[in-house]
Amino acid sequence: MSAVVFARHAMTPAERLRDASWVAFVGLILGIPLIGLTTVDVGGKLAIETRFGLLAAAVVAVFFGRLLLRWAVDQARNRKLDRDRASTATAADRARGTQKLVSVLGWLALGASIALPIAFSDNRYVVDTATTVLIYVMLGWGLNVVVGLAGLLDLGYVAFYAVGAYSYALLSTQFGWSFWEALPVSGAIAASFGILLGYPILRLRGDYLAIVTLGFGEIIRIILVNWTELSGGPNGIGSIPRPSFFGLEFTRSAPEGQQTFADFFGLEFSAMHRLIFLYYLILVLALLTNLFVSRLRKLPVGRAWEALREDEIACQAMGMNTTNIKLSAFAIGAMLGGFAGVFFAARQGFISPESFVFTESAIVLAIVVLGGMGSQMGVVLAATLLVLIPEFGRNFSEYRMLLFGLAMVLIMVWRPGGLLAHREPTLRLNPLVQDAGAKEAA
Amino acid sequence: MAYALQQLINGLTLGAMYGLIAIGYTMVYGIIGMINFAHGDIFMVSAFIAVTAFTLLAAADVTSVPLALTFVLIVSIFFTSAYGWAVERTAYRPLRGSTRLAPLISAIGMSILLQNTVQLTQGARVKPIPPVIEGGIELWNTPAFTVQIGWSQLLIIVTTLILMVAFTWMITQTPFGRQQRACEQDRTMAALLGVNVDRTISFTFMLGAALAAVAGVMVTVYYGVVDFFIGFLAGIKAFTAAVLGGIGSLPGAMLGGLLIGLIESFWAAYLWPEYKDVATFGILCLVLMLRPSGLLGRPEVEKV
Repeated sequence: MSAVVFARHAMTPAERLRDASWVAFVGLILGIPLIGLTTVDVGGKLAIETRFGLLAAAVVAVFFGRLLLRWAVDQARNRKLDRDRASTATAADRARGTQKLVSVLGWLALGASIALPIAFSDNRYVVDTATTVLIYVMLGWGLNVVVGLAGLLDLGYVAFYAVGAYSYALLSTQFGWSFWEALPVSGAIAASFGILLGYPILRLRGDYLAIVTLGFGEIIRIILVNWTELSGGPNGIGSIPRPSFFGLEFTRSAPEGQQTFADFFGLEFSAMHRLIFLYYLILVLALLTNLFVSRLRKLPVGRAWEALREDEIACQAMGMNTTNIKLSAFAIGAMLGGFAGVFFAARQGFISPESFVFTESAIVLAIVVLGGMGSQMGVVLAATLLVLIPEFGRNFSEYRMLLFGLAMVLIMVWRPGGLLAHREPTLRLNPLVQDAGAKEAA
Repeated sequence: MAYALQQLINGLTLGAMYGLIAIGYTMVYGIIGMINFAHGDIFMVSAFIAVTAFTLLAAADVTSVPLALTFVLIVSIFFTSAYGWAVERTAYRPLRGSTRLAPLISAIGMSILLQNTVQLTQGARVKPIPPVIEGGIELWNTPAFTVQIGWSQLLIIVTTLILMVAFTWMITQTPFGRQQRACEQDRTMAALLGVNVDRTISFTFMLGAALAAVAGVMVTVYYGVVDFFIGFLAGIKAFTAAVLGGIGSLPGAMLGGLLIGLIESFWAAYLWPEYKDVATFGILCLVLMLRPSGLLGRPEVEKV
């Protein structure tokens, strides 16, 4: 396949300067009210403070930044054009190459994630952060069922995460259930919330569905804040029991007649044992999720989800019950979110409505879309990026959320299809036929 | 009865502000079919610009209220439209023609970016300004309760009405309105017929931002306090209003805004104030179940 490639008109230096000046001018206008002027509290009244020096610096930075960016983008484009002209690879070859790369990357990531706690066994911070990444990976894989596979836009995914977390918190603190007993039940509760919400609203078209799910997320949060008898209100629920290793607690001293984890294995007690155990626990949960979802994709229901995403009307014409198919995606996504919530509650030992705000839904959705919808590896990549960007930003912590927002915009503009945009088809035609087709296309 | 009348006035005021923001959502949705998640934050930026402008005027000893309001409105509309334009140009235009979710994610990122920019440059604290317009008219004096419409409330309702009339005229009568409607129906065809689609879309964003700026100035005048987080809830409510009225429909957005405002103030006055947001979303769900295309929306006809 050799598409006709038009050479782009190269910009002259004068054009580059004019372009950068225009961008700097826009920056100046945008900067005046927010950077150039600010109001400060002086004795109970607001007074104006000017920061024109800062504004000038910002405008100069924008000017040179634009100049550099333009240049870099042009260079990259030229190089890509040259490469495309030189190589004889077809689109199919390239797709197969990417696919191979992704699968290698997947095995590497798996190896790295298993080895990580061994390499950093005394570094609390690394293990903690990695656990957070895995929670988001799991949430991302769960939401991927709803958004990536079934194509339903869910802006309130955090509600199911909250339902799972609160179910476990209440079951364990009120009824003394253990982690393993509460896990399936909490998942089931989250799934039934998914069905409860999904049933009336799944007739709605895409964007209406989005706003209703967003509203549902907010409703759950507001109820958690205000229903003090159930949820403890804004104070949340504390002293949630931690999971144990087949009945072995991760404490310094065991209660009467039991052994601690350290005693049983004859190890020196260390607080790290629990962290590493939690890390492996979420790793296993996440891998199970992945396995579960990739198996589901090969079942009729999974195929139906993807068919629905591609063309709802065609599905209806084929006699598929679209409501039930959507509902199953919603319920399974909710259940996986619930599982992640249970783990979150067990890991933190304390939950409050603060942890379940809309921003969380937005982050999980961003992970799915940034990763490339429907791509399991993409979720891992995006989750790692989005958790690590604010972590690296901690050194200049005021800017971390700013960087986060900026990164979301930039990644999206740079790769609108997501980081790993390639989607693996679940069904292939006869490989021989396909190869012939590829040659013909070339 | 008197109490209910007062709630009606408060609800209309609130609803007028939601309606102004909702128009921005509905126009953008109508023309490029995306939820402009950053619109609520554009509104928040405009409120901050209004606070700065009012403080500037106070420092310059301007005491005439109409003069001050006009100045603040012009300044706020100018800068806020610039923000609306820049957001579209940087975060949405490069993504036009890609998947439906890509601009949404970029919009959520933009919203986080704007919130944090304002928090960093203007401070995280609540900004109070001295009341600009005080007093009002006592409409009805019963022994138990006095119904009063504040001058600021009157100003908000009247301004909204004037803007709605001007806006309807603009969309239905002017060349820009014609181009805007043409792009809404079929962008490719409009482009073939010589409509500058990019410019029309940019202008739509600027108009939406300008209306949000008016709402921002009104909020600053009415409540007297502003912080960097007001955009989120106002944005969600306004979007809810736009959906309730039927997204893509301008009168629908205004109607939805007024309804949401009224529901909120009556619910807070008579039932449980802490659950007023639940009521808003609950009623939204109900309406959508019964009328999936909103109150004034045209039912979507899908061609295969």
